[in-house]
Amino acid sequence: MATALAHAGWRFRRPSVIPGFGLTFGFSIAYLSLIVLIPLAGVVWRSASLGWPEFWRIASDPRTLGALKMSFGGALAAALVNIVFGTLVAWVLVRYRFPGKRIVDAMVDLPFALPTAVAGIALTTLYAPNGWIGGLLAPLGIKVAYTPLGIIVAMVFIGLPFVVRTVQPVMEEIDREVEEAAATLGARRAQTVRRVILPGLAPAILTGFALAFARAVGEYGSVIFIAGNIPYVSEIAPLLIVIRLEEYNYAAATAIATVMLAISFAMLFVINLIQAWSRRRYGYGH
Amino acid sequence: MIRKSGCRFSEKIMLKQRDRAMDLSIRNVRKEFDRFAALDDVSLDIRSGELIALLGPSGSGKTTLLRLIAGLDHPTGGQIFFGGEDASVKTVQERNIGFVFQSYALFRHMNVLDNIGFGLSVRRGADRMAKAEIARRATELLDLVQLSGLERRYPHQLSGGQRQRVALARAMAIEPSVLLLDEPFGALDAKVRRDLRSWLREIHDATGHTTVFVTHDQDEALELADRVVVMNEGRIEQIGTADDVYDTPNSPFVFGFIGESSSLPIHVEAGQLWFEDRPLGLPAGDAPDGKALLYFRPQEVKLLDGCGGCIAGTVAAGRRVAGTRRLELEVGGHRERVEIEVPASHPAAARSRIAFRPEKWRLFGTPGEAAPSEKVRRISGWPAAVQAGEGSSAARR
Repeated sequence: MATALAHAGWRFRRPSVIPGFGLTFGFSIAYLSLIVLIPLAGVVWRSASLGWPEFWRIASDPRTLGALKMSFGGALAAALVNIVFGTLVAWVLVRYRFPGKRIVDAMVDLPFALPTAVAGIALTTLYAPNGWIGGLLAPLGIKVAYTPLGIIVAMVFIGLPFVVRTVQPVMEEIDREVEEAAATLGARRAQTVRRVILPGLAPAILTGFALAFARAVGEYGSVIFIAGNIPYVSEIAPLLIVIRLEEYNYAAATAIATVMLAISFAMLFVINLIQAWSRRRYGYGH
Repeated sequence: MIRKSGCRFSEKIMLKQRDRAMDLSIRNVRKEFDRFAALDDVSLDIRSGELIALLGPSGSGKTTLLRLIAGLDHPTGGQIFFGGEDASVKTVQERNIGFVFQSYALFRHMNVLDNIGFGLSVRRGADRMAKAEIARRATELLDLVQLSGLERRYPHQLSGGQRQRVALARAMAIEPSVLLLDEPFGALDAKVRRDLRSWLREIHDATGHTTVFVTHDQDEALELADRVVVMNEGRIEQIGTADDVYDTPNSPFVFGFIGESSSLPIHVEAGQLWFEDRPLGLPAGDAPDGKALLYFRPQEVKLLDGCGGCIAGTVAAGRRVAGTRRLELEVGGHRERVEIEVPASHPAAARSRIAFRPEKWRLFGTPGEAAPSEKVRRISGWPAAVQAGEGSSAARR
């Protein structure tokens, strides 16, 4: 398929003097097809066998809608929380020296490595009404575990490293002289951060947001422990898919998956467009 | 690219600027980085409206001094005065400095107009300015730096020279009391450099800022500055006009660093200069007897036919330099190499012998026997005839 494309006389950007375009391009497409495209196409194909009215009935079912709303709404909220605190964590790690900095730096990656079920159980234990933190919050009337709030907490946990790790390297690259220039022009520290540093970090923060968001949408393991999984209230879409699978209702499962796929792709695509636009406009990556 | 019509800064701003420009006084400033003295007891007075060049090789402390003036670093010892005020207690923001960085340090996510207006837009309280007023001022400055029409461009869409001018306009927008430029033309190609050089002089004359710029390019310093401060190893070697530092350098370093020079180890005896066993035919003046180093410039020599008091050498190499020819001579038993300049038509063949005598020269003590209190022992200078006309910096001080 790939070689057919290459031979079809397409004009790709900037023909390179380094040979091997055909080979690398072909390999990339073949690899992507095997790992990503074919399985996803299978999902869409399977749900298409339902026929449009049946697909629409499953997709617009109140329970499906509730689960989708919970998944995407929760992921959005978690990603927003993460860009604030992730940027803050990156700032502390880049700008300050303190004892144990290396350890904190390494700890940021833990949510990557930890089995998500472990994270879910740990968070549930902490935030349950009889847990350490849940016990403190309970008298204030705040319930975290077994509510949508608990889902967001789990999503924040697993999404944090994505923001930190995308923002950190860009922050390290910030030219000291740009900050000094702002200071000589009379800008106070807060003004420099708000008007000079943050806009410079915006593309990286946006990337971190997209990654954390995507991760949270797809998260299953940690969320189901803390969510309580009450239909219409705290049930996430991936769980609903699993429930349908356990009922041997494969068609319904793929229908929900297709809707998730479409929404995720649309959102990530828009974020990518925004990034491409900002790159062009401000000349990042030149 | 750069119009020679000069500057069209509005009269009002020019006058206001002249009032704001102020004296700068640096007193016994010392700066250490991890015990390494980047600046050692530096004192310098800069008059209001002056254009000063800090010139020196890399590592001489010139950028450090500039950053101390700006308040971007703090001196380990000594004081800096703006007008009569001690600047040490002021933050960078309060000093009202226009600083142009070598890398320009433009804000890449802001267009040209926003970059220039940044310093005005961050003002708070009584100094706060309306957006329209900021835009008007920024446009005026853009006009001054001759970039009208590029208001909406982003820094990455500009050439190096254009970025440099935006950086300058941005620094001038806040009506700084002092304008500081760190290697302002360092990253530009030679042609743009020359254009911007004369253009900067015009801007300076029109706006009257007290300006200090750092450079390692002696041509730039000599051509542009009212006074040149030659720095070496954290110390000021000499302060003076282009004529002062070129014609009467007060140390071997300055002689060697500014312009081209050759040196020969000689000795002084009986009121005469001697190279090995020959007299040079040059009077020693009031120089004490003993060893010394003779410094002269390749182009300030006179070729001689016979040798009754001269320096004679064998041509080791010759090369054509623009309108003249440079010869490298080996002189004396130790084959000391010196360079002299001869007319392009001179028929100097390799291995032929040539005799010459420096027309202008200076003597410095050899480093080995310099008095401990003074790194360089200064000994007289110009031959009587020249000395009468020009004097020497050593004599004047």
